[in-house]
Amino acid sequence: MVSGGIGNGALSLSINDFALFGLPQQFDIDSAALDHTWKQLQKQVHPDQFSAQGAADKRLAMQWSVRVNEAYQRLKHPVKRAAYLCELHGVPVNAEHNTSMPSEFLIQQMQWREELEESMEARQIEQLQHQVRQEKNLLLQQCAQAIDQASNHSLASQKVRALMFIERFEHDLDNRLAHLDNIS
Amino acid sequence: MALLQISEPGQAPDPHARRIAVGIDLGTTHSLVASVRNGVAECLPDAQGRVILPSVVRYLGAGKRMIGHDALAAQSQDPRNTIVSVKRFMGRSVSDIAHPENYPYTFVDQPGMLQLKTCEGDMSPVQVSAEILATLRQRAEDTFDDDIHGAVITVPAYFDDAQRQATKDAAQLAGLNVLRLINEPTAAAIAYGLDNASEGVFAVYDLGGGTFDISILRLSKGVFEVIATGGDSALGGDDYDRALAGMVLQATGRSWGTDEDKSRLLAQARACKQALSDEHSHLFEVMLSDGLLSRMVSRQEFEEAVSHLTKKTLQAVKKALRDAGLQPADIQGVVMVGGSTRMPHVQAAVGELLQCQPLNNLNPDEVVALGAAIQANQLSGNNPDGELLLLDVIPLSLGIETMGGLVERIVPRNQTIPTAMAQDFTTYQDGQTALALHVVQGERDLVTDCRSLARFELRGIPPMAAGAARIRVTFTVDADGLLSVDAIETHSGVQAHIDVKPSYGLSDDQIAAMLQDSFHTAEYDKNARALAEARLEADRMWLATQSALNADESLLTAEQAAEIRRLMAEVLTAKPLDTPSLIEAATQALAKGTEAFAAARMNDGIRKALSGKHIGAM
Repeated sequence: MVSGGIGNGALSLSINDFALFGLPQQFDIDSAALDHTWKQLQKQVHPDQFSAQGAADKRLAMQWSVRVNEAYQRLKHPVKRAAYLCELHGVPVNAEHNTSMPSEFLIQQMQWREELEESMEARQIEQLQHQVRQEKNLLLQQCAQAIDQASNHSLASQKVRALMFIERFEHDLDNRLAHLDNIS
Repeated sequence: MALLQISEPGQAPDPHARRIAVGIDLGTTHSLVASVRNGVAECLPDAQGRVILPSVVRYLGAGKRMIGHDALAAQSQDPRNTIVSVKRFMGRSVSDIAHPENYPYTFVDQPGMLQLKTCEGDMSPVQVSAEILATLRQRAEDTFDDDIHGAVITVPAYFDDAQRQATKDAAQLAGLNVLRLINEPTAAAIAYGLDNASEGVFAVYDLGGGTFDISILRLSKGVFEVIATGGDSALGGDDYDRALAGMVLQATGRSWGTDEDKSRLLAQARACKQALSDEHSHLFEVMLSDGLLSRMVSRQEFEEAVSHLTKKTLQAVKKALRDAGLQPADIQGVVMVGGSTRMPHVQAAVGELLQCQPLNNLNPDEVVALGAAIQANQLSGNNPDGELLLLDVIPLSLGIETMGGLVERIVPRNQTIPTAMAQDFTTYQDGQTALALHVVQGERDLVTDCRSLARFELRGIPPMAAGAARIRVTFTVDADGLLSVDAIETHSGVQAHIDVKPSYGLSDDQIAAMLQDSFHTAEYDKNARALAEARLEADRMWLATQSALNADESLLTAEQAAEIRRLMAEVLTAKPLDTPSLIEAATQALAKGTEAFAAARMNDGIRKALSGKHIGAM
């Protein structure tokens, strides 16, 4: 049941993430299969499986284990997966050079940030978190639609940039919650 | 001790068939060594039948030392030369120690790591720890009447790079071959999970003598996947003792007094704390230099005096849950590890937070060593069909300093290891030919709030306009959680590499010299040792190749297999020679000649994983 392009030739570390995990190249993936394959692959390549072996095996194991973890992280994380798919389709997200966002999105971001500034209680932050998560899920659905149905990768890439903003904000929310925890 | 039959009946007693591997829990208050015998992990006792070795080293002068129970007993008489809780000082400088005045030691500030003044001179925590490890190694060698092939040493999950490296150095100094450093909660999960055939998401709450760890793991079919970890590498039972003694002193208007008094107070506090786990009140009574101190302490009073410490651990638990993206209800059970989890109020608080009954059916003092022994057995190749796989994470983020003293994070915490992550940087001045890189570890945004791990420079960058150079910095973290850093300017190919070793003045040469001094004094012969090592390596390589051929010869053409066999035969021919370099050359040739075979086997393994077959089942 080998799929995704693994033939009989030598495998290279530069193999595509989806091919490495034997998954179809699309946004919507079977996350249980992803987790399962990750563990199966690590059972084959983890350095611990080669600790009684020669130096060449150990070196290769380290390289492959790192490669498998890298691909797993990228596939598991929906925003990274979407960005990767955009890149594979010739529309890299280029977040550091391309920061222009629709103005209504930016206004919402500013509103959220103000709300965070004013929140003094964990409950308020949790409510905000809930709102942000809903917005994130919506964007992820749009991303899935743009990639898997419409094949519109430049639209998807714009959604990914918005999602990256949101994830940075989620990170700040987490930090604030942890901070409130520590002073309570 | 009796010689053990280590081969199966009817089988040729091949000395390589079974390698003795041990797991060592190098704890703050006590240490243990365990090994898998007849398929069961067990802690190895000393000649008096005690499995626990107090992590205490007393320097007596003239090269003499006392380790363990005897040293502990002498603690109050000779506090300055009796080093307890040395783990707290591993990879730490004087400025890291919260209350140096609370210790009866004279600390010597050294770059990277402090030292302790003793009657035998200034001692590095690495040297003190090596004494403890060497004692356990000796115990294991006496038990098996054989050399130890290798050891898995446990470290707190929250240990940073400097603390891990210091632990590895201590093991090397004690003459141990370190198979792997593994995290204490992960080791506990192995012992617990394999014993109970558990599946699902579990938390491990590990409150030891001087460190606290929380790990959240997913267990499934022998795979132990750490999802998140957190803790405090300077919080443990010792702090509960200090808080209790402080409370009693305050209530009675007394003071800490002399070093001997401090030592007695802390010993009495520990005894009182332990008693309060079973009793509702206990008499705190100790003779100090200014007279007897005596006060009844109730359990409630004690719990109030230490509640801030327990609360700190619960905050770390909540943070780990958040990092894992889980709710308390997702946790199926919490495994309690470390002697300090015997305190009833700790059990209750953890149970309440995680909404589940704490699991403590394994001895909390032994469970870490047992798990390490199981992993050591697997890593030494004694259990080829073993399904055990550890997927651990890095506890603290790693990054480098950028402009304005800010940290650019390269590897975020809770990343599964091994891992390699890269980031591109550039020059900020026209014609800049060197770039200074400062590697730090920690969660804060300012460099000054993080731990500095290493500094190095990338030199020889061709002069370019500011911003034109593209410098790719790659952080590689191995399965032990240890970091190495590479930097390359991608236009010119100029490279720099550093294995991050804290600069506490123990070079490999110094370690070699210490090894010679302390543990192999009498009949140390450099050539004999080199010869023994070369032969051992030749054996390892030969055996590894043989087992690879047994499993996967079908991947080779007849000519390829014949060539590998020829190289193996050359190793056997070289082995009896008396020149280490000739043996090493033959081993090297075999290693080189099997590289393509190794690659083919790796590919085959990956294909099998994807096609759903399992290589171990064949």
